[in-house]
Amino acid sequence: MTATSPVEQVGGGVATYVDQRTGSNKFLARNLGKVFPDHWSFMLGEIALYSFIVVLLTGTFLTLFFKPSMAEVLYDGSYVPLKGIKMSEAYSSTLDISFDVRGGLLLRQMHHWAALIFIAAMSVHMFRVFFTGAFRKPREFNWIIGVALVTLGLGAGFSGYSLPDDLLSGTGLQIARGIMQSIPVIGTWMAFLLFDGEFPGTEFISRLYGVHILLIPGLILALVTIHLMLVWTQKHTQFPGPGRTNDNVVGYPLMPVYMAKAGGFFFVVFGVIALIGGLVTINPIWIFGPFMPDQVSAGSQPDWYIGWLDGALRTMPNIESSLFGFTISWNILIPAVVIPGIIFTALALYPFLEAWVTGDKKEHHLLDRPRNAPTRTGIGVMALTFYLLLWVGGGNDIIAITFGLSINSIIWFLRIALIILPPIMFIVTRRICLSLQRRDRDKLLHGYESGRILRLPHGEFIEVHQPINAKEMAVITGKTDIAPLPLPAATDADGVRNKHFQVKKLRAKLSGFFYSENVALPTAAEIEAGQHHAAHDAAIEAPLHAYEDADQLNRAHGGVLHHPGMPLTNAEQLAEDGGHL
Amino acid sequence: MSDHNTPTSLESGSHENLPARLGYSPLADIEHKPRLTDTDPKAARRAERQVATMFVLSILLVIAFVAAYIGIDKSTIVYIPLFGEVGALTFALGLCMGLGVFLIGAGAIQWAKKLMPDTEVVAQRHEMASPEEATEEAEANYQRGKTESGFAQYKIIRRTLIGALALFPIPLVLMLRDLWVTPAGSPSPDAILSKTLWKKGERIVVDGTYVPVKAEDLPVGGLISAVPADLQEVEEVEGNLNARAKAAIIVIRMDPSDIRSQQGDGWDYQGILAYSKICTHVGCPIALYEQRTHHLLCPCHQSTFDLADAGNVIFGPAARRMPQLPIGVDAEGYLVAMSDFAEPIGPSFWERG
Repeated sequence: MTATSPVEQVGGGVATYVDQRTGSNKFLARNLGKVFPDHWSFMLGEIALYSFIVVLLTGTFLTLFFKPSMAEVLYDGSYVPLKGIKMSEAYSSTLDISFDVRGGLLLRQMHHWAALIFIAAMSVHMFRVFFTGAFRKPREFNWIIGVALVTLGLGAGFSGYSLPDDLLSGTGLQIARGIMQSIPVIGTWMAFLLFDGEFPGTEFISRLYGVHILLIPGLILALVTIHLMLVWTQKHTQFPGPGRTNDNVVGYPLMPVYMAKAGGFFFVVFGVIALIGGLVTINPIWIFGPFMPDQVSAGSQPDWYIGWLDGALRTMPNIESSLFGFTISWNILIPAVVIPGIIFTALALYPFLEAWVTGDKKEHHLLDRPRNAPTRTGIGVMALTFYLLLWVGGGNDIIAITFGLSINSIIWFLRIALIILPPIMFIVTRRICLSLQRRDRDKLLHGYESGRILRLPHGEFIEVHQPINAKEMAVITGKTDIAPLPLPAATDADGVRNKHFQVKKLRAKLSGFFYSENVALPTAAEIEAGQHHAAHDAAIEAPLHAYEDADQLNRAHGGVLHHPGMPLTNAEQLAEDGGHL
Repeated sequence: MSDHNTPTSLESGSHENLPARLGYSPLADIEHKPRLTDTDPKAARRAERQVATMFVLSILLVIAFVAAYIGIDKSTIVYIPLFGEVGALTFALGLCMGLGVFLIGAGAIQWAKKLMPDTEVVAQRHEMASPEEATEEAEANYQRGKTESGFAQYKIIRRTLIGALALFPIPLVLMLRDLWVTPAGSPSPDAILSKTLWKKGERIVVDGTYVPVKAEDLPVGGLISAVPADLQEVEEVEGNLNARAKAAIIVIRMDPSDIRSQQGDGWDYQGILAYSKICTHVGCPIALYEQRTHHLLCPCHQSTFDLADAGNVIFGPAARRMPQLPIGVDAEGYLVAMSDFAEPIGPSFWERG
C-alpha cells in the first residue's frame, strides 16, 4: 500500500463521487498514461492554444471596460493631448482602459500581442503539419478544421483591430468597405446592410463587437475543442526514430511528464505574453487619434497577418471593366476576394488532392521528413514564396523609404516576381530535397565522413567513413517509399475501352511526377555488398591501425574506407592500384 | 544479415523488410544515458531546490504585483534603460505578472526534465476504422430505422420534408434586411453613393476651422483640405460622419499654364482646382501632394493621380481618375462649388456603371 495523505483521501473521495455519476474513472484509467511523442515542432500548436486562452482571459477583462459605441463624446480622461476632443465612445473608452484603469494598458497590450502570437503560431503550426505530411489519412478533418481556424483567426484579429475606432483602424474599415463594394451584384447592398447605410455610419462598431466577442470566439472555441479531441483519439503523429513505427506511439506519458511539461509550457507562454504586454508598446491608439473619414496618416500599416492581403491590393494592376452598365473592379476583386478565396480553398483541399494523385489510402502516423516528399515540400515552398512576396508588397512604402527605392520599381518587381519566383522556388526546393535523399542513401551505404584522413603506405590519402549511429539510421529508414501509380492501359485484355482513361492517365502522370524521382532506400543486396566491402576495407585498414593511437583505433573500428570523389569502391580502387598496399 | 531482397517499393512502416542492421531499431537498442540527477543524489537535491526556488520567486512576484498596483501612481513616468520613458505602473505590473507566471512554468518544466523519468514509453495504435461488428450493428440499426419510419416508402413525406427544411432558413436570413432601414423616399444605395453635399453656390471652407476661403488666400503651390460650409450643421443633425466621408476635398492652386487638362471646361478658378479627397481605389483619404509634379499619392496603396492632367491615374491599383469638383467664386469673392461632382466619388461599386 502506498501512503495516502489526508488531501489525497479527500481527492479520492471526490473522484469516486464524480465517477459514480459520470463513469469518469474509465476515462482516467485509459488516459492518464496516454503517450505523447516529443518534438520541438509539436509545441507550435500548443503556443497557438495557450495564446488563445490568454486572448480569451484578457479579452473578457477588456469587455468590462470597453464601450462599443460610435456615439460622440468629448474626451475628459487623463491623457492630456486629447482632452476636449470629440471622439467616439469606443475610442474614448479605449483611452480610459489605457490611461485610467490600472493594469488596463497591460491587459490591452497582452490581448493584442497574444492575438498576433496566436495567428503566427497557428500559421507556423500549419506549415509544420503541411511539410511533414501530418494532414494525411486519418487527419484530413483536422487539417480542414485547422484551415478554418486560421481563417477565423484572421477575422478575429481584424475585427478586434477595428474596434477602438482610432484613425488607423478606421482607415482599415474604410478599405474593408471599399473591398466589399467591389463584389459584383451584392457588394453595394452588403456594405449598406452591414454598415447601416453609408460609411462610417454609427452602428458598425457595435455590430462588429458582437462578431468579435461572441460569434468568432465561439466558433474558434468549438473548432479548437474538436481539433483537440481528434488529436486525442487519433493519437499524435511522430517523427521516425528508434522504436517508432506507424503502429505505435513513442513518447512520455500524460501523467506526470507530459502534464508537467505541457502544463508548465502554458505558464511559460502566458508569462512571456505578459512580459511583452508590459514592456513593449503595441497599437498606441492615443498617437493615431480618433477616426475621421477625411484624415489618414502616411505609412499606415495593418497588423502583420493582413499584410499579404494589403500587398495583393497594392500589387494588382488597375483593371476595371464596365459591362451592360455594371462595374466590375478587377483591381480589387482579384487581390482581395479571388486570390484569398483560391488560397484558402486550395489549402483546405490539399490533402484530398495529394491523396488522389498518389492513390495513397493508408493511415499515416509516422511523419514525412520534408526531404522525403520533395514535390509536396516544393509546392509548400512555392506557396510560401508567393505569400511572402505579397507580404513584402504590403510594406512597399516602408521598404521604399528605408532603402531609398522607388515604389514603382518595387511594385513592378513584385508583379513579375509573383509569377516567376514561386515556380523557380518549387524546382530548387525539389532538387534540394532529392539531393538530401541521395545523401541519406549514401550515409546508409557508406556511413558518414569522419573527417579523419589516413595516408596509406603507398602514399594515397583516404578519409575514413564510419557507420551512422542507430538513432540516425532509424530516422533515415523511417522513410516511406511508395511506387508511382502505373500508367493505365487504353483497353483491357478483351479490347474494351478503359473508362475514364484520360483521367486515369493524368493521375498516373501526376503520381509519377510526385514520386518517380524519389531515391529509394538501399536494398538488402546493396547493403550486403556494402557490408562485404566494409569487411574487406576493415581488413585493409587493419595494418594502418598500428599507426594510430588507441582512441582513434577505437573510433575507426567498423569504419568504411572510401576513396573520396571516386565512384569506384575501395576494392576496385585497390585492384586498379595493383592489388597491394 | 538478411538474406532476402528488399523490394524497392516499401510499404509504410514495413521495417521488417529491411535487414536487421538497417531497419527497425527497437527502443531498447538506444542506450539510455542516465542524467546527473539520476546518479548523484546531490544533483537531485540541487534540482529540487531550483524548482522550489522558482515557485517561491513566483509567489514573491505576486506580492510585488499587488504592491505595485497599490503603490505606483498610474501617471508616473520613469526612465528605464533600453526601454526609454515608460509608464511605471504598466511596466512594473507586466514585469511582475510576466516573470511570476513564467516561473511557475519554468519550475514545472525543470521538475519534469530533471526529476521525472526521462525514458520514453511505447503505446500501440489501433486503426481508426471501427471493427466490423460495430459497422454491421450500425448498418442494421439504420436499416431498422429506415424501415420502421417508412422513409423510403412514403415518397411524398420525404420530398415535402426536404422542401420544408430547405425553406426553414429563409425567415432567419430575411430578417437581416432591416440591418439598414431604407430612408424615406427609399433611394437606392447607388443613388445615395452618387450624391454629396456639394451643390451650386456651396461655399468651400477649411476643414477643422470652417473658415471660408478667398482665392487670394491660396498661394500657387498651396493645398488646403476643405469641406462644404453646410457640413457642420448637417453633422449636427445627422449625428454621423457620413457626409464628411463623401464631401471631403482638397483644394490646390497651380500656375494656370501648368494645367494640361481638366474634367470640364473652366472647372478651375484662376488655377485653383478642387478634387475629391477620397481615393477611387478603396476609399482612403488622400493628402500626399507633391506640388512640383502635381502628383497626389494615396498613403494606403500608393495610387498616384496627376492633378494637372484631369486627376488621371498614373500609377498604382486605382482604376479611375480622381473626381474633380467644378468651382468658382460667389459675390463676396469666396470659393464655391459650381455643382456636385459629375460622377460618384470613392471606390467603385457594381451599380456605378
